[in-house]
Amino acid sequence: MENTALAHHLLLAGLLFVLGLTGVLVRRNLLVVYMCLELMLAAATLALVAFSRFNRTMDGAVLVFFVITVAAAEVAVGLALIVALFRQRGTVRSDALTTLRD
Amino acid sequence: MPDGLFIFFAALTLGAALLLVLSRNAVTSAMGMILALVGVAADFFLLDAYFLGVLQVLVYAGAVMVLFLFIIMLLDTEDPQGAYPWKTAALGLAVFFLLAASVVWLFHWSGAVSTAQAGATPAELSTNPAEFVTAAKAFGRLLYSKYLLPLEIAGFLLLVALVGVVSLSKDNPENRA
Repeated sequence: MENTALAHHLLLAGLLFVLGLTGVLVRRNLLVVYMCLELMLAAATLALVAFSRFNRTMDGAVLVFFVITVAAAEVAVGLALIVALFRQRGTVRSDALTTLRD
Repeated sequence: MPDGLFIFFAALTLGAALLLVLSRNAVTSAMGMILALVGVAADFFLLDAYFLGVLQVLVYAGAVMVLFLFIIMLLDTEDPQGAYPWKTAALGLAVFFLLAASVVWLFHWSGAVSTAQAGATPAELSTNPAEFVTAAKAFGRLLYSKYLLPLEIAGFLLLVALVGVVSLSKDNPENRA
């Protein structure tokens, strides 16, 4: 049923990663930046699953399992940090958080 | 030529990701993110990784994005309206087109993925548990044998994250501005 070549999956993963990277660079809302980071992670897992399927090994898929686990933990901690930041500063815009630069 | 379902879900994923990056409204961004993650999950299904597809929808598009939406609505952050500063927009466009062009070049013309491989469709699925199989059982077998230590570390990491989040979100009056 599946007749999509490896290159197509890698292309999708690469473009998704580039979109996420662009978002991280351009956006100023920390929450949106964080979501773009997650998108880059998802793109990487897509490439891993594609390689795993085409090389007929299970290891890449298991690594994706761990990536999803770690990402879930990471999101929880990251969002708690953002909430703590918002409590202190009253903003989550990265261009307003310049204490270290000034 | 990739099959129709792949093209459909790839377009859905990329469109939703574009919505995530471009939308002014953080809630709209989150909706785009959910759609993009569902698209990635659909691609997992197309790659015969059914278990991972289900996991992606449950954990990512479900739990993680609910957490995101909850925080977005809790903090109620609105972006100032108006155009992006031109510097930012130029940087974003330059980075996007440069990297997107290099990605297309890498996977289509550079020969890094040789044409024999690039045109090949995946081999038929075997039933050998040591190879790629669709059953969730294969994950269990690997997780509790070859990847036992990483599994335990991942479990410990979840515990650490749990404790860390509780201690981070405790309201400490000394830290208030």
